[in-house]
Amino acid sequence: MNIERLELLKSKLQQFEAEYSDTNGSPGFYIDKDSVIDACRVIKNDLGFRSCVDAISVDRFSKKLRFEMIYNLVSIEHNERIFVKVRLDTKSPAMQSLSQVWDSANWYEREAYDLMGINFENHPDLRRMYMPEAYEYHPLRKDFPLMGIPDSIPLPNK
Amino acid sequence: MSQTETGELKSTETAGTNTKSKILQALESKDLNVQFTDALDNEMVLNMGPQHPATHGVLRLLVSLDGETVVNCVPELGYLHRGYEKLAESCSYHEFIPHTDRLDYLSPMANNVGYALAVEKLLHLEIPERGQYIRVIIAELARIQSHLLAMGALVMDIGAVTPFLWAIREREKILDLYDIICGARFTTSYTRIGGVAQDVTDEALNGIKQFLDELTATLDDMRNLVERNKIFIVRCEGIGYLPKERCIELGLTGPLIRACGIERDLRRCEPYLVYDKLDFRVPTYNDSDCLARYYVRVEELVESVKIIRQCLEKIPSGPHNALQSKKVLPKKDRVYTKMEELIHDFMIINFGVNPPVGESYSAIEASKGELGFYFISDGSGHPWRMKIRSPSFSNLQALSEMMNNCMISDTVVIIGSVDPVMGEADK
Amino acid sequence: MGLEDKLSKDGFVTAKIDELIRYCQKNALWPMPMGISCCAIEMMAAAGPRFDISRFGSEVFRFSPRQSDVMIVAGTTTYKMAQVVRKIYDQMPDPKWVIAMGACTSSGGMYRTYSVVQGIDLFLPVDVYVAGCPPRPDNLLKALMTLQDKIASGDRKPFSIN
Repeated sequence: MNIERLELLKSKLQQFEAEYSDTNGSPGFYIDKDSVIDACRVIKNDLGFRSCVDAISVDRFSKKLRFEMIYNLVSIEHNERIFVKVRLDTKSPAMQSLSQVWDSANWYEREAYDLMGINFENHPDLRRMYMPEAYEYHPLRKDFPLMGIPDSIPLPNK
Repeated sequence: MSQTETGELKSTETAGTNTKSKILQALESKDLNVQFTDALDNEMVLNMGPQHPATHGVLRLLVSLDGETVVNCVPELGYLHRGYEKLAESCSYHEFIPHTDRLDYLSPMANNVGYALAVEKLLHLEIPERGQYIRVIIAELARIQSHLLAMGALVMDIGAVTPFLWAIREREKILDLYDIICGARFTTSYTRIGGVAQDVTDEALNGIKQFLDELTATLDDMRNLVERNKIFIVRCEGIGYLPKERCIELGLTGPLIRACGIERDLRRCEPYLVYDKLDFRVPTYNDSDCLARYYVRVEELVESVKIIRQCLEKIPSGPHNALQSKKVLPKKDRVYTKMEELIHDFMIINFGVNPPVGESYSAIEASKGELGFYFISDGSGHPWRMKIRSPSFSNLQALSEMMNNCMISDTVVIIGSVDPVMGEADK
Repeated sequence: MGLEDKLSKDGFVTAKIDELIRYCQKNALWPMPMGISCCAIEMMAAAGPRFDISRFGSEVFRFSPRQSDVMIVAGTTTYKMAQVVRKIYDQMPDPKWVIAMGACTSSGGMYRTYSVVQGIDLFLPVDVYVAGCPPRPDNLLKALMTLQDKIASGDRKPFSIN
């Protein structure tokens, strides 16, 4: 990403108090979870990042602000990639669903809901993506054992 | 596969209870509470998969039908969810390489390359030119391998079996070449962090050269057989259309986005390895239907052949692994004889490569689209979090939109043209 | 063939009825390809032109369980998939056999995780286990031949192929 575009990006996101953080060569921005929808509308409509290609859920396992969502955004016209990061609460991680801005965030957020237990408000179709519907746990959290909870999913009888 | 009238179908998880499963609720539109007088007049729910020959693995689709027209379609994933991302957190960076084979199991070499490049970006490691050329060659072989099967399977779903058998025959030759290059025919695990497991021999390079000549001839035969066939064209043309804007909005990558006229190819847009030194074309089509996707794949195959031919000419001699003894595994024969190498080998195997604290994202253009790895490192030998950005997963998201108002027999063609691999989509 | 000689000479053969039935069963095993993941591709290769499973009378891959004799479970079976596999197995008519193809199917393999069943013998009776990740097509053919021997001998104990 060239410097002019980066400065433009920074100045546009100034009003949302975005905090710049570098992701090994690609720019990333920490945005507060209350203003993330407005900021993302600016990013999409004014700056041309029209594709959301991935969403990453992270469990930092810290006392405060344990969870984090990272959205991987791509602008095809400008050939650029940025990351939008949102810090979330420890006790009940929840944020506004970005599928209101990018349609493709739908499945990525369902995946994060399934594996990390993050709640997305105003999501059109918040169901589990991978695990069975009746499953109670969120496997990617750090306090979940790798081998799972015994007998939590039923097997058919032999 | 079972077909019953709306409301009577219950998924296996909730059979016996009165509540409808959530997937069925998602399928039904809210204003469905209408009394039908004619039994044939209402919508029918059809369950395709997870065991269905046309779903390319264990994809499950719930399709609601009006006569033979698809009204709505909800894909259900997770029948092959193996927990890769959780597994990676308890593997060292080297230990995870065999797992990448089984992500997109139609092109294991490309996954190996993508993973190794991602870790190297995290470590700020540059590999020698010979290693880079070897990686380009094997990644392109993987693309040929995958596209051959994608084409064969698409044509077989339409009803022609011969091209599929021809594709399998050509594929066997690539698997034989893998056998010579790395010693395994299917799950290769060939790359290492900082290079490849062993150098390619001249025998392998000559074999590749000979294979490319044979492939061009077979490909011509295959194209003559398929592309002038009226049944094939009628069943593909205009089917599964998705407008350009929606393709961008849904974050599609790979042949799907190139079939709608956007020249988005990471080999060109974010060049990695030595792709910027090679001459190749990025094929695009504007129709954005199944036929365009087929043509994009065929032409990519031709381009891959061109790329490999250039690599075989340009490949320099020299070391294939980076010279960084603390990060790169030493050669096995030196481990057994030299003290220094033994210590490094012990440290790398037992404690890992310990990249600096930080986050990193790196992606390659795999055969299905953008295959990326997002690493969060806490400085130890295991990744704190690894996220796989799998192309099949995001491409599948467009499936229900492509299937709107198509016929039931077109669903198999559309799935074939998306070419999902469930190992990668379900992770 | 000995049978043809005998028939042309005498016009009849004598055999025990259960041996005759086993002889017929073992040479026309129609597989139900339960292709789940990577092993499914090697199963396809076994059906392909080079390895040619039809030499053993098993080229008729039936995707409907009602028409098949042996289920080849090829690939990692997750808890979610286990219900489906069992349901399909229950739909197969007797007599039926199961080949567990690959390490994941036999024992969970390299996936010791929360979602993978650690061996399909937890919910299915398995006749032949095949090692390898994935096994080469030759190994699958060996498993099929072992199954044929097993049917001929009338034994019901599980076998494993290395």
